[in-house]
Amino acid sequence: MIGTITAVTARDLKLAMRRQADIVSVLFFFIIVASLFPLGIGPEPDLLRKLAPGVLWVGALLATMLSLPRLFADDFRDGTLEQLVLAPQPLGLTVIGKVLAHWLVSGLPLALLAPVLGLQFDLSTDALLVLTVSLLIGTPALSGIGAIGAALTLGLRGGGVLVSLLVLPLYIPVLIFGAGA
Amino acid sequence: MNNRLINWFKYASPQSFYPLAGKMIPWFAALAVVFGVAGLWLGMVVAPTDFQQGEGYRIIFIHVPASWMSMFIYLVMAFWAALGLAYNTRLSGMMAQALAPTGALMAFLSLWTGALWGKPMWGTWWVWDARLTSELILLFLYIGFIALQASIDDPRRADKAGAVLALVGVVNIPIIYFSVKWWNTLHQGSSVSLTKSPSMAMLMLWSMLLMALCFWMYSIAVALYRARSIMLERERGTEWVKEVLAAEGEGVAK
Amino acid sequence: MTIHWNSFSEFLAMGGYGVYVWGSFGVNALIMIVEPIMAVQRRKSLVARLKRQSRAADRNKES
Repeated sequence: MIGTITAVTARDLKLAMRRQADIVSVLFFFIIVASLFPLGIGPEPDLLRKLAPGVLWVGALLATMLSLPRLFADDFRDGTLEQLVLAPQPLGLTVIGKVLAHWLVSGLPLALLAPVLGLQFDLSTDALLVLTVSLLIGTPALSGIGAIGAALTLGLRGGGVLVSLLVLPLYIPVLIFGAGA
Repeated sequence: MNNRLINWFKYASPQSFYPLAGKMIPWFAALAVVFGVAGLWLGMVVAPTDFQQGEGYRIIFIHVPASWMSMFIYLVMAFWAALGLAYNTRLSGMMAQALAPTGALMAFLSLWTGALWGKPMWGTWWVWDARLTSELILLFLYIGFIALQASIDDPRRADKAGAVLALVGVVNIPIIYFSVKWWNTLHQGSSVSLTKSPSMAMLMLWSMLLMALCFWMYSIAVALYRARSIMLERERGTEWVKEVLAAEGEGVAK
Repeated sequence: MTIHWNSFSEFLAMGGYGVYVWGSFGVNALIMIVEPIMAVQRRKSLVARLKRQSRAADRNKES
């Protein structure tokens, strides 16, 4: 059981490592979004400190969403997904493995990057710690919920926009609990 | 008991459901008009002024039914979706697809009338209250459902994908409601309470019930009408659709 | 069952809430008129299209 998950995860990670540009661009998106907010709102430290968790969470949410189509699309295109479905291993475990890999290359780096961006918002050390922990807990949920949206829109025209339409409303509880922490 | 079961499954095929729905639609439409006229007469003309909210309270005669319908239609949609996933019946996907636009419009109406009620009563068009936020998310879920179904060409797959989304949404709505509630109490004391004045006069209650019945009948009529169109489109090429089309040409409607 | 209003203009004014009340009921009425009309239109065009298709199919069979 664990074997199936680790095998799928290791495979997806290896594939992701061959395409590091994809990972890096998602992280850059996060950085840019988080940096745009102070420019739009103004440099008052008090205001920024108050807004920081919400801004960083929304940024992480959007960044995760950008990376969602990759979750199944490549495997769908070259037929690997069909083989995985036909494989004797239970499909649920395969999906868990893929979600885990997705989190490792998107959610985890985002959570680790967040405290650095939090410094831009003049957050205290305690607040930074809370933010990082909340992101570490919350991003797996984002990957998991996102997997539903990615699976439903697989191979559709305009799938990328559709994913955001489907997934963002479902992300709201995670956002509320995460940014509220 | 057994007899009944067979009967239900008989109407689960589009072929036999189509004429049945055709016969029912005029009745539901007529009932909607009757209930609507009665409810409007009682609510708008006869009912006295509310001593707290003045005449503005009359908005709730459409606001409350629209909100109820928006939530209830989603539940019905999810029910059809679950049925479709479990038994793979053709009809359930069509019903879910037929219900979605009406549900979305009801959610929109609920938000619209809520804003117009909130402005004079609370002095603001919108508050981030649990109910309002959940209603907004409900509208988003409807739009997502419609967009998802519209972008999938294969009707079977559209039904399945829509069904999964509807079921995920049904689990999500209570979570959203309670999380916003929790978030609100954490951030700001909820200065507005949505509880209606405790002693609602019998007359007002009656007019609201009549309006709710009107909305029910209207929704059923429109959804059935739309379901009939969807059936024709999906079953095109079959014998019974050809017969229906032929009858339509001779001016014999239904 | 007495009528609550003294005059029609009073009915329209809704005790100062006219804009809000009629704004709500107006949009509601609009939606409940437009939605059925659109459903009927959709059905009409669908029936016309299906008929065209079946006629075309019949012609193909004959030739």
